[in-house]
Amino acid sequence: MNKKSEGGQFVRLSETERPEITLHVNGEPVTALAGDTVLTALMLAGVSVRQFEFGDAARAGFCLMGACQDCWVKQEDGGSLRACSTYVREGLRLITGGAEQ
Amino acid sequence: MSAEGKILIIGAGPAGTRAAEVLVGQGLRPTLVDEAPASGGQIYRRQPPGFKRPAKLRYGFEAGKAQALHDCFDGLSERIDYRPDTSVWSIEDKTAFTLGPDGVDRISYDALLLCTGGVDRVLPVPGWTLPGVYTMGGSQIALKAQGCAIGKRVVFIGSGPLLYLVSYQYAHAGAEVAAVLDTARLSDALPVLPGLLRGGLTLAKGLWYQNWLRLNGIAVRRGVRPRAIEGDDRVTGVRYLSAGGQRRHIDCDAVALGWGVKPECQLAELAGCDMAFDAMARQWLPTSDAEGRASAEGVYLAGDGAGVMGADAAEYRGELAALALLADRSHSSDVARRTYLKAKLQRLMRFRIALERALPYPEGLAAALPDDTIVCRCEGVTAGDIRLGQSLEPQEINRAKAFTRVGMGRCQGRMCGIAAAEILAAHKGVPLAEVGRLRGQAPIKPLNIAIGGAAAEDDPERAASI
Repeated sequence: MNKKSEGGQFVRLSETERPEITLHVNGEPVTALAGDTVLTALMLAGVSVRQFEFGDAARAGFCLMGACQDCWVKQEDGGSLRACSTYVREGLRLITGGAEQ
Repeated sequence: MSAEGKILIIGAGPAGTRAAEVLVGQGLRPTLVDEAPASGGQIYRRQPPGFKRPAKLRYGFEAGKAQALHDCFDGLSERIDYRPDTSVWSIEDKTAFTLGPDGVDRISYDALLLCTGGVDRVLPVPGWTLPGVYTMGGSQIALKAQGCAIGKRVVFIGSGPLLYLVSYQYAHAGAEVAAVLDTARLSDALPVLPGLLRGGLTLAKGLWYQNWLRLNGIAVRRGVRPRAIEGDDRVTGVRYLSAGGQRRHIDCDAVALGWGVKPECQLAELAGCDMAFDAMARQWLPTSDAEGRASAEGVYLAGDGAGVMGADAAEYRGELAALALLADRSHSSDVARRTYLKAKLQRLMRFRIALERALPYPEGLAAALPDDTIVCRCEGVTAGDIRLGQSLEPQEINRAKAFTRVGMGRCQGRMCGIAAAEILAAHKGVPLAEVGRLRGQAPIKPLNIAIGGAAAEDDPERAASI
């Protein structure tokens, strides 16, 4: 997981003056900004939030408004969250390699 | 709770806000449940705390309306029982079942105002499940509420007012817009010009965006047919047929897809509202009278969730439905204002009909999808699965769901329902209305097992139906 946004899907265009927040994605630290959704943080850092359950493919969210349920991502503690409607917070530890069940 | 009974509003967008304003004005204290952390709905969605862009930059021509609506809501929030960050996942026996920051709850109501809004009307395109493909509205949210573009080089595909608006907003914000691919043709618009002219400013704004894109050298193509979104593990390009039938390809790393907006009406169905097939929306919608009264007693519908008419209409419809509710409960209700609002809405409806014809849903696109295209994103059900799953009688969409799992996943058919019905109807050679609709079923949004368990402890009999 790349910390910088070069390899990520999203491109940050504005609103860069916000406090930094560190979360962990697959064990690696990722720097996000307060007010980023988890989906934004993941898509700036990489290109997927989870694996598709029924085939060899990654998923990266779709509707960004809590309707399509494509962006559920696993947490290390066994829970899961909807990435597009959850803001980043310090201490979040996520796993993007598995399928959401 | 007031002596008149408890009023529940679901949704804090333009319709829900104006409805609450009317009720508070009569000294009532409605409960308002909204899934988002702040009011505004999707169209006037607010940016998170700490963001600094002015309203003008985020809402453009609509900044004044957005600001007025937010101010209105902020003035009400102390005078209503406001529950943000809270989803309604079922409605049964005049009780809404919610999931919020403090877990599950239930809210009984005597009157219900459903202002549930809409979501993007999307169609499957081969490759649409690749990372880097987002809905048109989602692409706008990335920009409006997060200050991000969905990719470095974006292709916009679809039709409807959002296509040009979001493309413009991206280019204006400094993102690279690789192309705007409109499935509508100019010839679709010409026969309905008189109706379009009724749109006045709305039409002028749409033309202004298109003109701006062209002046800034952005490729705008009309009458295209998308063929595939390409890429192995992320988007690398789009293949399409030009209006003249030539095969074209364009490189990009992101795609925004959308053919207008479709209503979110699962809750209306669960609340017992009659549904009817709407030829313009190409889906089943809850029925209501001119003031928003649904068939179920005490239920009122307003905003795009009751049939898409846009944000301006949503404000009028929210106000009107609340006034109707007051009249039905023997409160004073401004009759002249209701007449005025209905006249406004009639005009907007005429424009809406013209707009739907000018920027039509691309009929036949879904029906022509190759067998191996995923239609149901949640369950991975393909167009071919839907065609095969229909070898048994009777043939309607819930049977297809039972056999193939189409529409059975986490999104409950929100994303695939329209396309699945079209594929099925075309395959059977019957009109779209005849294949029926995917029945709304609780929970309409995912619940984890622990929460389902909590609901079961609370009321085993009711939870058993979930």
